[in-house]
Amino acid sequence: MTSEEIYNILQTKFGDKILGFESELPVESYIVADPMAIKDICLYLRNDENLKFDTLMCLSGVDDANGEKSKDEEDMDVITGGTLSVYYNLDSIELGHKINLKVSTPREDPKVESVESVWKCADWHEREVFDMFGTVFLNHPDLRRILMPEDWEAGYPLRKDYKNPEFYQGMKIPY
Amino acid sequence: MGLLDREFNESNIVIAKTEDLFNWARLSSIWQLSFGLACCAIEMMATSASHYDFDRFGVIPRPSPRQADAIIISGTVTLKMATRIKRLYEQMPDPKYIISMGSCSNCGGPYWEHGYHVLKGIDRVIPVDVYVPGCPPRPEALLEGLLKLQDKIRHETLRKKTA
Amino acid sequence: MALKTEEIVLNMGPQHPSTHGVLRLVVELEGELIVNVKPHIGYLHRCFEKHAEAMTYPQVIPYTDRLDYLASMSNNLGYAIAVEKLLKIEIPERVEYIRVLMAELQRIASHLVALGTYGVDIGAFTPFLYCFRDREKILTLFEMTCGARLLYNYIWVGGLSHDIHPDFQRMTKEFVEYFRPKIVELNELLSFNKIFIERTANIGILPVETAVNYGVTGPMLRASGLKWDLRKNDPYSIYDRFDFDIQVGKGEMGTVGDSWDRYFVRVQEMEESLKIIEQAIDQIPEGDVHAAVPRRVKPPKGTVYSRTENPKGELGYFIISDGSVNPARVKVRGPSFVNLSVLAELSKGHLVADLIAILGSTDIVLGEVDR
Repeated sequence: MTSEEIYNILQTKFGDKILGFESELPVESYIVADPMAIKDICLYLRNDENLKFDTLMCLSGVDDANGEKSKDEEDMDVITGGTLSVYYNLDSIELGHKINLKVSTPREDPKVESVESVWKCADWHEREVFDMFGTVFLNHPDLRRILMPEDWEAGYPLRKDYKNPEFYQGMKIPY
Repeated sequence: MGLLDREFNESNIVIAKTEDLFNWARLSSIWQLSFGLACCAIEMMATSASHYDFDRFGVIPRPSPRQADAIIISGTVTLKMATRIKRLYEQMPDPKYIISMGSCSNCGGPYWEHGYHVLKGIDRVIPVDVYVPGCPPRPEALLEGLLKLQDKIRHETLRKKTA
Repeated sequence: MALKTEEIVLNMGPQHPSTHGVLRLVVELEGELIVNVKPHIGYLHRCFEKHAEAMTYPQVIPYTDRLDYLASMSNNLGYAIAVEKLLKIEIPERVEYIRVLMAELQRIASHLVALGTYGVDIGAFTPFLYCFRDREKILTLFEMTCGARLLYNYIWVGGLSHDIHPDFQRMTKEFVEYFRPKIVELNELLSFNKIFIERTANIGILPVETAVNYGVTGPMLRASGLKWDLRKNDPYSIYDRFDFDIQVGKGEMGTVGDSWDRYFVRVQEMEESLKIIEQAIDQIPEGDVHAAVPRRVKPPKGTVYSRTENPKGELGYFIISDGSVNPARVKVRGPSFVNLSVLAELSKGHLVADLIAILGSTDIVLGEVDR
């Protein structure tokens, strides 16, 4: 099944929870969904007889960096407003089709519903996105930092306006 | 120290300085902590395996820091790992030696600029005896590093510790 | 009076000889039985994704080498394919053949390390020496091609960094001749060894539904009995031209999806890789390997998720291009990262000593788990 057909199915089923379909991009198209409805959508995508998306290939957080850019007193970039996104790449091993989903959340208060209960694979992926971007996944059973140390206080490293601290536990970080 | 080896062939009484005897014993059986960090650890494994055979220099991996003489920092040291390496180092009995293997543990390597979670050189945490450059160093380079370390041990004195 | 018991928490790693790197496992035990395992990762987090954002597209390739450092060629290949999808360029035939050869040689080299170190984990040291002896032969082939032993930076966007050495074809054929009997030797030495089977059969059984739900891929998924190989199911490069089988676990020594199956699937895959190499080595067409290498890589705006079959499983690159020379976002879906997350599920109810056998059979590389 093509992404367009799946988009039509989802739109009749979920109505205004499906926000759009981006297909002009080269290579891959996206179905944009409501971050608070993503779990229901994913559950439907997994369980429906004609769709059967049984694996989550990849879940990536992205800093869209589309907010207002300014400089602080140390001449470092600061971004206010705009969005943080999460991309889901789904695959059906049984039926052999693929689909991509995208949700966007405001940068100041990023909240997305967790799909951990749909695919266990999402557990660590979501923890990684939380660690790197600060996106909060609601109803995630164990949302902690995964890669960075648990006492890391300097924010979320993969955000575009991230500033690295000078010291961590007495060790100098910059070269 | 070749002199001491020859002495054994000719007679069964050896007269040598305590220092030389100690140093000879130490440099001939450097037991390394079997501890791999990253890419360089694979080259370290290759060095201990059949083709390059680390064992002929008396280097045997020991899993416990309390039985180890040397530690080869083989790979990128991250901030999360640095505190643990320090503890491993502190657990080793004296005399202890450190070979820093590869660019990452020498100075941060390719991660020096944007590595927000990479320690730029293990010498910021523990003292290093021999630096082996390369990314990753070939097994021959690591062997050369070991020979350099042996050379260093050979000239140690009991009166003052150099490392 | 009832005997009072309590659970103990055991810390394994980050420095432990059998954790294959700097992995820390917090094991909850009831006596010798494992109640739960919590892997703690991130001890080798080298900020790959931040680096990728700061580099131009071709500059990222040396960093991909260092993800799964046992399979650098395959990482290069996956990244090059992803960027080529964004650029939409045609690759010369000669390049495609050389890439497949390199990827398959790399698969054998990676599996040799996996099998050798697995033997060490179980307590058999000799197979390690045998495996590394054979791996050196492959490294010699790589070294004569690109000058490096471990991290190659060989497969570039649109081409290769060098053409192959004139002797490469002859020496690869010699290697195939040499290596076939060595697989038999490894089987006699380790695979069908009674002690080895006792330690691994029926240990850490992974049912196929759990594997799919956890997103497990590669030899681990195939050992659970599912015929799923991206080289066949979602062909990339020119893999559709070669004749080879997908090896799956059959539960010969115990149950389908146990540790022995995971081990043996890798042994059989080396045989399949040899088949591909034999077919490809004589067909390399003449041509230039630099023909399609773009001077300035500047893909149009867009996103791509491209996946390839690495020795460890599905390696995915998710790249967002904003139309400039630097990628806006590169996310790596490392197979080891996902395969490790199923560890708790695998080891519940087993003994502590079996945890080593289970962890070794997952064949993780921490460089890719932490990136």
